[in-house]
Amino acid sequence: MFTFFQSIWTIVVMITFLGIVVWAFSGKRKSAFDEAARLPFEDDQLSDNNKTDSE
Amino acid sequence: MTNTETYNYKVVRQFAIMTIVWGIVGMSVGVLIAAQLAWPALNFDVPWLTFGRLRPLHTNAVIFAFGGCALFSCSYYVVQHTCHARLAFPALAGFTFWGWQAVILLAAITLPLGITTSKEYAELEWPIDILITLVWVSYALVFFGTIIKRKIPHIYVANWFFGAFIITVAVLHLFNSAALPVTILKSYSAYAGVQDAMVQWWYGHNAVGFFLTAGFLGIMYYFVPKQAGRPVYSYRLSVVHFWALVFTYIWAGPHHLHYTALPDWAQSLGMVMSLILLAPSWGGMINGIMTLSGAWHKLRTDPVLRLLVVSISFYGMSTFEGPMMAIKTVNALSHYTDWTIGHVHSGALGWVALVSMGAMYYLIPRLFGRELYSLKLVEVHFWTATIGIVLYIASMWVAGIMQGLMWRAVNADGTLTYSFVESVQAMHPYYIVRALGGAFFLLGALVMAYNLWRSIADAKPVEVEIPEPASAH
Repeated sequence: MFTFFQSIWTIVVMITFLGIVVWAFSGKRKSAFDEAARLPFEDDQLSDNNKTDSE
Repeated sequence: MTNTETYNYKVVRQFAIMTIVWGIVGMSVGVLIAAQLAWPALNFDVPWLTFGRLRPLHTNAVIFAFGGCALFSCSYYVVQHTCHARLAFPALAGFTFWGWQAVILLAAITLPLGITTSKEYAELEWPIDILITLVWVSYALVFFGTIIKRKIPHIYVANWFFGAFIITVAVLHLFNSAALPVTILKSYSAYAGVQDAMVQWWYGHNAVGFFLTAGFLGIMYYFVPKQAGRPVYSYRLSVVHFWALVFTYIWAGPHHLHYTALPDWAQSLGMVMSLILLAPSWGGMINGIMTLSGAWHKLRTDPVLRLLVVSISFYGMSTFEGPMMAIKTVNALSHYTDWTIGHVHSGALGWVALVSMGAMYYLIPRLFGRELYSLKLVEVHFWTATIGIVLYIASMWVAGIMQGLMWRAVNADGTLTYSFVESVQAMHPYYIVRALGGAFFLLGALVMAYNLWRSIADAKPVEVEIPEPASAH
């Protein structure tokens, strides 16, 4: 019984992980991720003398 | 600006300054005990200066005092800046600073006195463990409270890494430190025999995985893009990197117990999971280094960026070496030798210390509204530190492999070729080179401390306003 649930759990975790990979690389997420990647630069104009390259 | 609320920089500053202080203390103890291995007379026959007592002091000071303060400081800075929110629970945030310093001081008193649970990286006795728990729960409340307060809908990837580090370290600490106290200064582990060993290395390896890796990856994902002035190479890869790392790391602990009483299947599981770990580790390394793609020229002019990029390279090196050493046949040679010490230090000096130092060069002048005093001195630091690391790990590779080969050498009649003390004697030149490497690294840290001191000596702490959320959101 324990072995059975272990096997099920392994498959569940595997599918979850593959789901995350598919989700992360889906075209729909691209613009949201691009925006998220720029998050560290949003307070630049105020507190930082760090300049950002234009992409 | 209509929003006049400011970031809480006070606790960030406190931790940042103590990062430098504890770094120098911890590394100095390291150099002393490295010298003791080469010249044993350096313990001066004083019990509390002996290697066995100072070694845990060194590891606790560099991991939990230096590394810990760097993590507190950077995570508090990053979570505020990427959430556009002031730290939640300011009193608790203050308590995390003073509480953590108290833990460090208690460690510095108890360990030289020989008061220890003898669990590696968890040597502190139970009353100190309780204080650690209180500090850590407060840390979680402050950090996640700030996440809840955030003005930005998305939780930036660095915060995911910090969050995983905080939660996992809490779980690890609670389970591994479970003990039956017998007096105020003595307790016995709740586990016995091989279970105790497995819980210990489940803790020990995940202290590496979540304290020394996930937390510092959080630092990488914020400070490398900031210093390079470019967003991270692939945000998608960072998401996959995060989940792959947290799913895999937790299983790798048994590789510390190859060829012991631990069941064979558990050893093999630990070995396989350690090999799989190469994928997320290198995914993260590539993501960090490739953030510079198109801006490689900045490495020529910006020694702080160079420090950060070299730290990621050492991360790549040691996360390649680690899985290789986890292979049972390789481990049969490397385990219990100085190769392990070399491996740990390529990660600890090369990755953890350099990425922290890079972050401190970025952070400390900004927290006081100043520029760095001297880029030339950063350059000096960069080279002394790099030479130090190379001397350290190269000497330990040679020493470790030589030890392993001497221990397993057998004569035709089945007797051992070398006595143990012959292998100790053969280590002497390498121990001298290692101590020299450590001294170089410490010298670099002193140069950094001077440079940062000159940057902020006459400066006043600054208050920085929290910007309004960007209209794009």
